[in-house]
Amino acid sequence: MHLDSLYQEIILDHYRHPHNKGLREPYDAEVHHVNPTCGDEVTLRVRLDGDKVVDVSYDSLGCSISQASASVMTDLVVGKDVEEANEVHQAFLELMQSRGAGEPDEEVLEDAVAFAGVSRYPARIKCALLGWMAWKDAVARTMDNVSEATS
Amino acid sequence: MTVTGTNVGYDVDTVRKDFPILERTVHDGRRLVYLDSANTSQKPRTVLDAMEEFLSRHNANIHRASHALGEEATEAYEAARLKVARFVGSADETEIVFTKNISEAINLVAYSVGNASTLGTGDPRLRVGPGDEVVITVMEHHSNIVPWQLLCERTGATLKWFDVSEDGTLDMSRLDELVNERTKIVAVAHQSNMLGTINPVRLIAERAHHVGALVLVDAAQSVPHRGVDVRDLGADFVGFTGHKMCGPTGIGVLWARRELLDVMPPFLGGGEMIETVEMERSTFAPPPHKFEAGTMPITEAVGLGAAVDYLTELDRDAVDAHDQDLTAYALDQFAGVEGLRLFGPADAADRGPVVSFEVDGVHPHDVSQVLDAEGVAVRAGHHCARPLHKRFGVTASTRASFYLYNTRADVDALVAGLAQVKRYFG
Ligand SMILES: Cc1ncc(COP(=O)(O)O)c(C=O)c1O
Repeated sequence: MHLDSLYQEIILDHYRHPHNKGLREPYDAEVHHVNPTCGDEVTLRVRLDGDKVVDVSYDSLGCSISQASASVMTDLVVGKDVEEANEVHQAFLELMQSRGAGEPDEEVLEDAVAFAGVSRYPARIKCALLGWMAWKDAVARTMDNVSEATS
Repeated sequence: MTVTGTNVGYDVDTVRKDFPILERTVHDGRRLVYLDSANTSQKPRTVLDAMEEFLSRHNANIHRASHALGEEATEAYEAARLKVARFVGSADETEIVFTKNISEAINLVAYSVGNASTLGTGDPRLRVGPGDEVVITVMEHHSNIVPWQLLCERTGATLKWFDVSEDGTLDMSRLDELVNERTKIVAVAHQSNMLGTINPVRLIAERAHHVGALVLVDAAQSVPHRGVDVRDLGADFVGFTGHKMCGPTGIGVLWARRELLDVMPPFLGGGEMIETVEMERSTFAPPPHKFEAGTMPITEAVGLGAAVDYLTELDRDAVDAHDQDLTAYALDQFAGVEGLRLFGPADAADRGPVVSFEVDGVHPHDVSQVLDAEGVAVRAGHHCARPLHKRFGVTASTRASFYLYNTRADVDALVAGLAQVKRYFG
């Protein structure tokens, strides 16, 4: 088993030095997600300005894969429009479902291409997706809040 | 490095030959070092053979087929019940109810009590409601927590629990306060599946009986390892699960005092658990059949019978001594691993062969992943004991567990693997 294909240097870097970690104000929605099998947890906040993602901040407990993935995710979505960010999310989901056969587009996924190896470890895919799931949920809630406020 | 323990009467090399799976390799030819038996144990050849022999020669449904195979199948199934009864010191095999696992065994008791409570008739010991208390411990597996939470929600009873001390033993200082005249049921693990702690079940049972409460013991982790005598434990109900004791999955056991089984209402309704059925209502078969609705896991029961034979032939004390030797050896080796925090009793004599730990700064998932790459199978996570992990301030731990086929070389492989973990994440 080639552990190096799982624990790529980029992943270990993000794990040791996570980007955008820590909870920040202001925010539009906050969510808390857990991975029920291992107990990993993330609390995540999203701040939008119209359609633009202005900030994603989070606090999390978990393994290297889940921590690094959350860090990479914030880099990828902050500054983008929600729709663009969702496309990146979709590309990442597809990569995770590829069973090691995915050919990730570095233009789209940037550092997240390092997670290609994770798709070969079924037990770890959920770890890599924890932050992304929280992101998706938080954005949905933000949109709900906005539509409630304007209706 | 010598791999034989101090337990001279026990030949682990011969035992290993009984387990075909131990011959296989993982990840490009690495020796399999299986340290996850507390999760599920491996199965000896005799168990596999007994199940195959049953299916290929005697298979039929039980208790309802009046032909040669039906009789043979019934005999095989009931013989397994008898073996299991003797194995845990019950002289009356009708005290053994087969279930699909211990989770179902505990649910059987909780739902039967719930049914007695809603019926509002019958034995008062089985009726719980507002003002009554059910006592568990923070050390329980979720299987011995959630059924009681659900029972309390349905009946309005209150759930209470024992805490654990820093050293991983049950905090018994509040025994008399926690178990009082309001207590109806006390449910406690014989051995913790995370800490390995062996609990003073008899002491708790004495107090519980003194106040008129019933006692359920979760013996899932103890029955595989040491001789458990249900009468000695002083419990009213004892549950255990086949797959952790060399048997197959799909079969578990509830032992209960016959006198209680007689007055308990059924849990699941269906075929074979009845005496007579009218469209308006039914009457029920005597125990244990009253609690065995529908076609049971017959082949699995036969497999469990073979597992019990296997363990009995090995000699329970020898197995216990072997497991203890490995645990002591592991604790000794762990003392030399920098940054390793052990959960549970520091002395092997106070615990079963389960060692959970934390490696400073490395998440258990990452620990187990690196170990797996070395062929060492351990468990990482909360091991279905989330409240207990929370009690120790962690969300997860890494757990190695030892059984009758493990060797000191397996422990050495674990310790060597931990050095790899540090190379990656140090
Ligand atoms: C102490 C304890 N109780 C209950 C269980 C549940 O066993 P099962 O999943 O076979 O019902 C386990 C094992 O997972 C356990 O270790």
